Parts: sequence; structure tokens; C-alpha cells
Amino acid sequence: MNFFTLFGLPEQFKLDKNHLANVYKSLAQVTHPDKFSTASQQQKLLSVQKSSQVNDGYNVLKHPLSRAEHMLELRGLSLQHETKTLQDPAFLMQQMEWREQLEDAQYAKEPMAVLEDLEQELQTQTAEQYKILEDLLVSSDEQSNQKAAAEIRKLKFMHKLLSEIARKEEEWFDDF
Amino acid sequence: MAYSEKVIDHYENPRNVGGFDKNDPTIATGMVGAPACGDVMKLQLKVGENGVIEDAKFKTYGCGSAIASSSLVTEWVKGKTLDEAVTIKNTDIAEELALPPVKIHCSILAEDAIKAAVDDYKSKNA
Repeated sequence: MNFFTLFGLPEQFKLDKNHLANVYKSLAQVTHPDKFSTASQQQKLLSVQKSSQVNDGYNVLKHPLSRAEHMLELRGLSLQHETKTLQDPAFLMQQMEWREQLEDAQYAKEPMAVLEDLEQELQTQTAEQYKILEDLLVSSDEQSNQKAAAEIRKLKFMHKLLSEIARKEEEWFDDF
Repeated sequence: MAYSEKVIDHYENPRNVGGFDKNDPTIATGMVGAPACGDVMKLQLKVGENGVIEDAKFKTYGCGSAIASSSLVTEWVKGKTLDEAVTIKNTDIAEELALPPVKIHCSILAEDAIKAAVDDYKSKNA
């Protein structure tokens, strides 16, 4: 299933989120199963199917990481169910350091400030990686696709770390 | 999902947590990560003159199965030569810890960490 086609969008990484949300709303309306309450059994089934595709598509397209993965999948490179490990010592060492900082933040004088600084640093780095990814996805030759896949894998570590920071912030917000 | 008793034991009492100086020529450092879950693992081996692993330490940021897999590996590699250590298979780790299929990648991570550490040692001492 090509979600770009489903949403009438060009197959590119750059995307206007407001436009995507508007297309989603109108597609969700016309495919909503409630609209088919008096329709035939077959049409009802079709609308349920279509409506779930629209929801899936929206979820995939709205997040940049899953959107990029979808683009590669359409080009025949699937990252789903991948069990290959990443072996980039410099990148992983940095990940380790950031995780140690996150772990030690609770002992700092101002834990929240430490978290916020770390989050800022990570977001800057993540934004840079997304820029690289966007450029790579413009070409669709094998080499660019492989490089884009490598960038996506790294971004997964960044998002994991960012979500752990967010979780800790929430935890501490309740405590203080 | 229920963890096996062995996983819980390693998770609650991880063996050999910590690290060595990665610039020390007798230390082999393996860094690996699993993109699917964002887990990161560092395995370090202290290698004696005869190529025997004298000590091992690990640091893993990840789920219980990833921590247990690396903890187990530090126990297994001690006393082995580097060549023996690389023969440890992820299936051995998964079997010992009774890992469910969705956690097999954690044992792959631990196997690859050993290989990465041995590669690091060989390139350092080439």
C-alpha cells in the first residue's frame, strides 16, 4: 500500500503537516463506516478496510521517521523486523555517554536543568540527522537508499533517548 | 510478557557491571546497538598475554533480556581464549536464558558484542 498515493501526495520526505491533517480529515469522513450504515454488507466491509488504511496511513506519514521508512519500503528496502546490530563505535559511544548523563542527572544540583540541557543537545543533533536524511531521500539510487537506512537506524536511538528523557521529566514533575 | 527466572536473576543481580580503560592495549571493547529497540551494549574484555580473557565487564542500556544476555556473556567468556569466545552463539544465550522469540535480538546483540570486542582487540594489537 502506497500511503502517499492514498493521500494524493507526492512521494517525498518534505511534507506540509497541516495539509496532511486536512487530507486526513476529509478522507476519514468519506470512508467512515457510519456513512455506510444503510449500504450493502460488502460496501460496509470495504469502508471498514478503507477507513483503517486511512488511519494507518496518517500515522505512518505524520511522523518523519516512519514516513522515511515507508519511502524506503516502497523502494524495496524494508527495515521492519531487522535484527542486524549497529556497529558504529563513535556513534554508540556518544549514545552511551548521553545515557550515562541521563542516569546521573538525578544526582545533580538541579536535575531538571540537566535534563533540559540534554534534551536541547539531542534535539539539535536529531534535527541535523533529519536534514541529512531528507537530502539522501531525494535520490533513490541504491547507495542513497542504504545511506538513508543507516541514518534511520541512528535516528531510532535518538528517539528512544528523547522518549526516555520525556518520561523522566514527567516522573520528576510529579515528584517535585 | 513473563521473564524467565534466569533473566530476572541476572537483571536483579547483574554480574560484572562496569568498564575498563578503553585505551589500554590489553582491553578489548565491543560497542553494539539494536536499532529496533534502541538498546546499547558495551562489552569489555581484559586479555592476558596468552590470549585468555582474564576479566570482563559490561554496561547495557536496554530491557531486562538485553541486560541478562550481556551479564551472562561476561560470566561465560572468563577463562576462554578470544578464539573460543567468538564461538559463543546467540542461540546458546537465548537457550540458557529461555528468551522468547521477540527477545532473540537481545542475544544477537550480546553475540555481536563479543565479536566486536575481539575485532577491536585484533585491530589494536595488529
